[in-house]
Amino acid sequence: MIKLVKAKEPFKFCTRLHLSELTGLRATTLSQLLALIKEVPGSCIYHHTHRFLQQHQYLSPEPPNDFSYWVMEVLGEDELGEKLLSIDTMQYSTIRDLREKIYLTIEDYLRYSPFAKLKFARPGEEFHFIKSVSFILPTSYIAYDLKEFIEILKKITLDSIYFHIFEARLRLEKPTNDFSYWIENSLGDKELAGKISGFDPYTRTLEDLRNTIIQIAARRMTG
Amino acid sequence: MAKIEEYIPLVGQAVIDDLKLLGERLKGRVVQHINSTPVGGGVAEILNRMVPLLKELGVDTKWDVIKGGEQFFEVTKKFHNALHGRTEEVTQRDFEIFMETSQQNIENIDTYGDIVFIHDPQPIALIKKKAVNKWLWRCHVDVSEPNEKVWGFLMDFITKYDSAVFSAPAFSRKLPIRQFLIPPSIDPLSDKNRELPEETINSVLRKYDIEKDKPILIQISRFDRLKDPLGVIDAYLQVKKYIDCQLVLAGGTAEDDPEGFKVLSEVQEKAKNDRDIHILLLPQNDIEVNALQRAADIIVQKSLKEGFGLTVAEALWKAKPVVASNVGGIPLQIKHKYSGLLCYSVEGASFAIKQLLSSPEYAKKLGANGREHIKNNFLITRHLRDYMLLFLSLYYPEDIVRLC
Repeated sequence: MIKLVKAKEPFKFCTRLHLSELTGLRATTLSQLLALIKEVPGSCIYHHTHRFLQQHQYLSPEPPNDFSYWVMEVLGEDELGEKLLSIDTMQYSTIRDLREKIYLTIEDYLRYSPFAKLKFARPGEEFHFIKSVSFILPTSYIAYDLKEFIEILKKITLDSIYFHIFEARLRLEKPTNDFSYWIENSLGDKELAGKISGFDPYTRTLEDLRNTIIQIAARRMTG
Repeated sequence: MAKIEEYIPLVGQAVIDDLKLLGERLKGRVVQHINSTPVGGGVAEILNRMVPLLKELGVDTKWDVIKGGEQFFEVTKKFHNALHGRTEEVTQRDFEIFMETSQQNIENIDTYGDIVFIHDPQPIALIKKKAVNKWLWRCHVDVSEPNEKVWGFLMDFITKYDSAVFSAPAFSRKLPIRQFLIPPSIDPLSDKNRELPEETINSVLRKYDIEKDKPILIQISRFDRLKDPLGVIDAYLQVKKYIDCQLVLAGGTAEDDPEGFKVLSEVQEKAKNDRDIHILLLPQNDIEVNALQRAADIIVQKSLKEGFGLTVAEALWKAKPVVASNVGGIPLQIKHKYSGLLCYSVEGASFAIKQLLSSPEYAKKLGANGREHIKNNFLITRHLRDYMLLFLSLYYPEDIVRLC
């Protein structure tokens, strides 16, 4: 058991609740999708690459981003769908960079598969662009050391975990997720911070993510 | 009626804590809902549950209903059908009737809310009373392919609202105002959805002379052409050639739907020679609807158009295998072959029903997946959260709102 370190600054848990805003923009072909990906607000790109994390907190057959799903299921372009699906979101620190990677992937594909441009979605199966509007609220949960942090993690909402892991890093453009930042800077535990920021949260359900962070932190406490 | 704390065992303490946090942010503001009927149909059903829960969360919520005579509701039913894309002869006189009644409501209804929340087209013209308060228009209708004449008429009103709300992405189009996606929900603790003792289910079956000696197919819906009850009978007849089964068509009619009894009599006429078809008129008996859904082997929703299709969510919540049309908000609830089967025609529906009747394990799996999907996305607690965020959005135009 290692000695509990009192944090220089406590960790104040926030939560993030979101509302989906419709844009009325829709694509029926790959070319239209590409053009709109370039021009829609960053909140749309964020929505379509992160929606699945909150809507499917259990295993589902849908691929984890809307662009990939539509390209595969509606246009039947499985190869492009796989390329979009496997974009490593962790490698991009801003929505701008992620957007660029997505449209470059589609442009590249269209260069050597020009017939893909000729495919149309059937009526009712168009791609609808949606924006994610986030409301960030404080919760009453505050941790002053690692033990309290773990206890709160066990009962906080998945929305709160989601906010501190995904939204803080990519949407608010912080250098790492909030948990790792606090553990490194307020508890002085660089190793634990690195372990939490080192795994890919996009390949897990949020409940699994919660359990993984709790396990890593608990192992650290017992030395 | 269930209190907010009673939802904790279903959704967890933290979800309820979030709702309370949002309620605190809305203290001091009055939210006034206005629609056209206090009973019947999905809108009244949701408001009946939503209003007391919002109050309990600290949001001062009121609910008012406009008045309208037979002529007015005949016109708004035409509007409803036309917005769903059905061919309707909407005349200049119809628009005049709509405006005459609307004018009376404008004169008689006090729009005192800080936020006035108008549901569907019937009260839409009240926007003429907009002052410094905020106004929302909630469209519960599938307007993916509306009659442009009626939509154009309504657009003059819609664009004067602060924001609009739709149930599915396909219903949105470019608008000069903000528009939000908020699917409706079901209340897991209401009489229509709560767990029932086996004895209650059996007594309802006895009451309507339904025996459990052969598989039961059920469609629960208002008697409305857009729900295609005649198509359901056709699908059942095709199934029955191969698998002996029975069909229950059950539902009520709404005060603002004058066409309902005509459709009911057509359905009764078509079913009159088949003792295995049970046509039940159930005006507002939620426990009986719940019991019938729980007694069903397969639940059908073969709508031609659907605003959302709450009966699908109700069926899935009860872990029932569902065969439903790929229209409106139904594909948001059913992922084909994962949480139910989607169809496009009578033949497709009958094929899907036969498939499920012949593969009970597969049917069971679809139902279990469906319940999980509803639990995560379509319960009233999610709906309460979305509505409170919607109210807050009226005061914060940005995409990232920091309330810390």
